[in-house]
Amino acid sequence: MLWETVRLALRSVRRNALRSILTLLGIVIGVAAVIAMVTIGSGTTAKVRDDIAKLGSNLLVVRAARPDRSGTANFTPRRLEQKDLEALGTELNDVRAVSGEAQTQLRLVYGSQNTAAQATGTDTEYFTARDWTVDLGRAFTDGEVRSGAGVCLIGQTIRSQFFGQGDPLDEVIRVGKTSCRVIGTLGSKGYTGFGQDQDNLVLMPLTTFQRRIAGNRNIDTIYVSVRDGASTAQAVSEVTAIMREVRGIQPGGDDNFDVRDMTQIADAMTSATTAMTGMLGAVAGVSLLVGGIGIMNIMLVSVTERTREIGIRLAIGAHERHILVQFLVEATVLSLLGGLIGIALGLGLAGGAASLLAIPFAPSLTVVVIAVAFSALIGMVFGFFPALRGARLNPIDALRHE
Amino acid sequence: MAEPLLSFTEVWKSYGQGEAQVHALAGVDLAIRAGEFVAIMGPSGSGKSTSMNIIGCLDTPTSGRHGFLGVDAGRLDRSQRAVLRNLYIGFVFQGYNLLPRTTAAENVELPLIYRGVATTERRKAAMNALAQVGLAGREHHTPAELSGGQQQRVAIARAIVTRPTLLVADEPTGNLDTQRSHEIMELLTGLNRDEGLTIAMVTHEGDIAAYADRTIDFLDGKIVSHGFVEEPA
Repeated sequence: MLWETVRLALRSVRRNALRSILTLLGIVIGVAAVIAMVTIGSGTTAKVRDDIAKLGSNLLVVRAARPDRSGTANFTPRRLEQKDLEALGTELNDVRAVSGEAQTQLRLVYGSQNTAAQATGTDTEYFTARDWTVDLGRAFTDGEVRSGAGVCLIGQTIRSQFFGQGDPLDEVIRVGKTSCRVIGTLGSKGYTGFGQDQDNLVLMPLTTFQRRIAGNRNIDTIYVSVRDGASTAQAVSEVTAIMREVRGIQPGGDDNFDVRDMTQIADAMTSATTAMTGMLGAVAGVSLLVGGIGIMNIMLVSVTERTREIGIRLAIGAHERHILVQFLVEATVLSLLGGLIGIALGLGLAGGAASLLAIPFAPSLTVVVIAVAFSALIGMVFGFFPALRGARLNPIDALRHE
Repeated sequence: MAEPLLSFTEVWKSYGQGEAQVHALAGVDLAIRAGEFVAIMGPSGSGKSTSMNIIGCLDTPTSGRHGFLGVDAGRLDRSQRAVLRNLYIGFVFQGYNLLPRTTAAENVELPLIYRGVATTERRKAAMNALAQVGLAGREHHTPAELSGGQQQRVAIARAIVTRPTLLVADEPTGNLDTQRSHEIMELLTGLNRDEGLTIAMVTHEGDIAAYADRTIDFLDGKIVSHGFVEEPA
C-alpha cells in the first residue's frame, strides 16, 4: 500500500510539473546553500590547517611586544635586535633553525613592468625555518648575508609576472629604491586561507634589506624551528629565559617581547574557521526553513485545488488515512527530490568555489546524509497540516467544489 | 417479506439552529429492495440530493434510521462508512468526476487500489469493466481525449469494477445530449437486468426516470409518491 502511494505521489508530482518545480526550488536552494556553505567552510578549515602546517607546526614566533595601552603591563617597548637573534642562535638546544626576518611592502620594477610585493630580508636559516624550497638557481650564502650583497630570490608570482617562461637568473630588478640581481626562484606555496598570495615576495639578505631598504638595523620577527619530537612548550620557556637575560629584564618585570607557539595559533584559527562554518551553515539553514514553508504553501494550494479529486477518492472508498498519507508522501517526495537536486547543486557550487579559491574540496558524507534526512523531515512536517486538511474534508462538500 | 436492501425510517436531516433551522428531510420513510432500479425525482430543494447523499453513505441523518444491508449506517463513523462505500456502493456523478490527466484504466482501478487489490488482478478487472461499458480499446485515453458519453461510461466502469451491491447515480445524463443519454440509460438498465445491480438514480427528466422500475417523488423534504403501481401491503 505504501509503495502504491509513493507511485501515486510520483505520478501526481509529474502531472503538475511546473508547480512541482517551483516548490522544489525553495528546498533546492536551501539544501544547496547549506551543503555549499558547510563544504566550503570545511575546505577553508582544512586549508588553514594546511597553511599552518606549511608554516611549520614546530615553529615559535618571537616578536617585540606592542606598547601597552591599558597600562597594566610593566615594560619598556624595545625592538628585536641582532644580539637577540645571535643569543637564540647560539644558546638554544633542540632547534633546527633560528632565523631573523624584517619585511616591508614595496614596488618592484623590471623593464617596463612593475608590481607591489613583499620584500623580506633574512638569513640562510630562513629556508629551513619557514620551509621554503629553492626552485631554480641557489639560495644566498652566509657570506652574502654578512657582506650585504645585492642578490635576491623571487617568488613564483613575480617570476611569472616579470619573466613569463623566460630565464630570470642574473636579471636585475629594482626593489624600491635599490636593485638586486636574481640568483634564484622559490618553490610555490600558494595562497593562505585568507587569500594572501605567499608567492608574491622577494627574498634578500637581512643586511642588504636593513642597509638599502629599511635604513635601520631592526628585526621584525625571529623564527625558531624546534626539532621534531622536542617539546614546543619547553622551547618557549627556554626562548623566554634567553630573551629576558639578553634584554636585561629584572625578575618580576614583564616581558617586552612575545613568544608564540604556532601549534596554539593553528588551534585558535581552526576553531575560528569551524565556528564560521557553523554560522554560515545556520544562515543557510534559515533558507531551508523558508523552503519548507514554501512546501506548506504549495501543499495547501494543492489540497484546495484538488478538493474535488479528494471528494472523488473519498466517495469511492478512500479512508481519511489514505488521503493523509497521499499528500504527506507527496510533500515528502517533493522535498526529498528537492533535497537530492540541492545536494548535487551544492556540491557543484562548493567544487567550483574550491577551485576558484584554491581551497581543498571537502564534501562531508555526514552533512549530505543530514541534508537528505532534514529535507524529508521538512516535507513531512510542513506537509502534515495541509494533508490533514485534505483528509478531513467532507466528501459531499469536496465533490460539490468547483 | 425479507428486509429491503436499503430503508429510511422516519429520517430527518436538519441544518441550522432554532428559528433559522431548515429541514432538508422531514420524516422520510422509504425502502429499496435488492435488484430494484429506482428513480428519485423532485424540484431543487425538495430533499432528493440530501437523501441521495445519505443513501450513498456520504452523509448521515440528523435523526431516524438509515438501514443498509441490515445495519444502521447512520450510526457508523467516517471510516466505517468509507469501508461500506468501498465494498458495496458505486457512484456515478453528473460531472463524471474522473481524475484529470489519468487514463481510463487508471481511473477505473482507483477503487481497487483502496481495497488493496494486487496490480495484475486490478488491471484485469479494470479492462473487464471497461469492456463491459463498451470502451475496449480506449483504456489508455485520458478524460480529455474522450467524449462526454465516453467519460460517463468510464465513470460507470469505475462504479461497477468493485462489483457493488448498490449503484448510486446522481443525474447521470445531466451533461449529455439526448442520444448519449439514452445510450447511458440502456447501459444502466442492462446492468440492472443482467447483473441484478440495484440502482438508485436522481434525475429531473421524466423520460430518463421512465427507464426505472419506479419513481420516488420528493417535495419539500417529504415523499409524495413511492411510485408503486399498487402500494405494497
